[in-house]
Amino acid sequence: MSRAVSALLVRDLKLAYRRRGEVLTPAMFFILVTILFPLGLSPQPELLRSIAPGVLWTAALLAGLIGQESLLKGDFEDGSLEQLALAPLPLELTALARVATHWLTTGLPLVILAPLLGLMLDYPVQAMGTLVLSLLLGTSILSLLGAVGAALTVGLRQSGMLLPILVLPLAVPVLIFGAQAAAQAAHGEDPAGALYLMAALLALGLTLIPFAIAAAVRVSLES
Amino acid sequence: MAALNNKYGWAWFHRFASPPYLYRVAGFLIPWFAWPAAVLIAAGLYGGLWSSPPDYQQGDGFRIIYIHVPSAYLSMMGYAILAVASAVGLVWRMKLAHAVAAAAAPLGASFTFLALVTGALWGKPMWGTYWVWDARLTSELILLFLYFGFIALQRAYEDSRSGDRAAAVLALVGVVNLPIIHYSVVWWNSLHQGATVFVGRGSDIAPGMLWPLLCMIFGFTLLFAACLARSVQAEVLERERGAAWAAEVA
Repeated sequence: MSRAVSALLVRDLKLAYRRRGEVLTPAMFFILVTILFPLGLSPQPELLRSIAPGVLWTAALLAGLIGQESLLKGDFEDGSLEQLALAPLPLELTALARVATHWLTTGLPLVILAPLLGLMLDYPVQAMGTLVLSLLLGTSILSLLGAVGAALTVGLRQSGMLLPILVLPLAVPVLIFGAQAAAQAAHGEDPAGALYLMAALLALGLTLIPFAIAAAVRVSLES
Repeated sequence: MAALNNKYGWAWFHRFASPPYLYRVAGFLIPWFAWPAAVLIAAGLYGGLWSSPPDYQQGDGFRIIYIHVPSAYLSMMGYAILAVASAVGLVWRMKLAHAVAAAAAPLGASFTFLALVTGALWGKPMWGTYWVWDARLTSELILLFLYFGFIALQRAYEDSRSGDRAAAVLALVGVVNLPIIHYSVVWWNSLHQGATVFVGRGSDIAPGMLWPLLCMIFGFTLLFAACLARSVQAEVLERERGAAWAAEVA
């Protein structure tokens, strides 16, 4: 079973590597959205410092939406999703492997870029660890939620419009706690509470959301 | 199987899987919900708008509570009904449970909207602003978008059976979100200060103001039930529009 999962992971990562341009899009989007805020509001360091956690988190949330539509689309269109659903491997595990690939290719680049953008927004260096940790936890939850949305809309023609409407309301707690942790660390407060809550959300998501993804995939395959 | 069901008393539940039966039951229940609702709301309005004294702090402005609190409570209740109906539809493959969920979603969204509007109208004279980024207000707005997402997803599918089941999965994922959003009142305020509103005022309310409020809450609940029964009827008719019995009753 673990061999099958790792084979899936390797396959998906190889496929992602072949489409490097597409994979880089969320990261580019993340940078561009973040740049818009100093340009649109005002480049004052005090202002930027106070809005940095919220800006970075909102931008990460929006950038995460970009890859979500294609999360299952290719496999659905060429029929391999159907084969994966019929395979002896539980669909929940297949879904989890796919979420892991999605996170590695879109979530992780955002987490790596965040300190750089944080510096540009005058976010304090000593709080950077918390920012990265909060994004590390948060982007994984977002990948899980995004997979539910993608699985629910994969069979639809206008899924690109619908997906953000479905996923963003569900992502609100992640945004609240993530931005809260980053802001508390920037103010020199202890961010442990918010981080623990995010970890709890991630644990809950890892245990329950694969079942929702599998159910949603089955609905989409039936239609 | 049928004998087994009867032995354990579950036959009554299975009968709800029959569209004409559900249609008849809903039609039978409507007057039993609607008339007590009318009486309770009339009593509540009389008590709330005439007989109870103005609040010592808020003057007459507090009277909007008689609409606001019941609709806010029903906005949550509506989502609970939506989620339970969705779960029943997914687990037992009961098609009519999806019809109940489809009927509950626009109703719940309407009450959420009503709660938001009355809250804003109440906020202006009391806090000097229509909108505050308080956790309670924001979570209510998010709830509205959860309803919209459910309705949009259900209607996006050409095949209504797939739409039902997809939206049901979404409703169940969203229900995990509800308590989190709800408790963010506690968690979020550590950052955003100065918005400790609405919560926990209920028990301190004077008896003269309390009984109209309770009347309104029960009256609104029954009104919701009556509206739900009616829209379940409409939903069932629409889904069964090809059937002979539907042509007879319509």
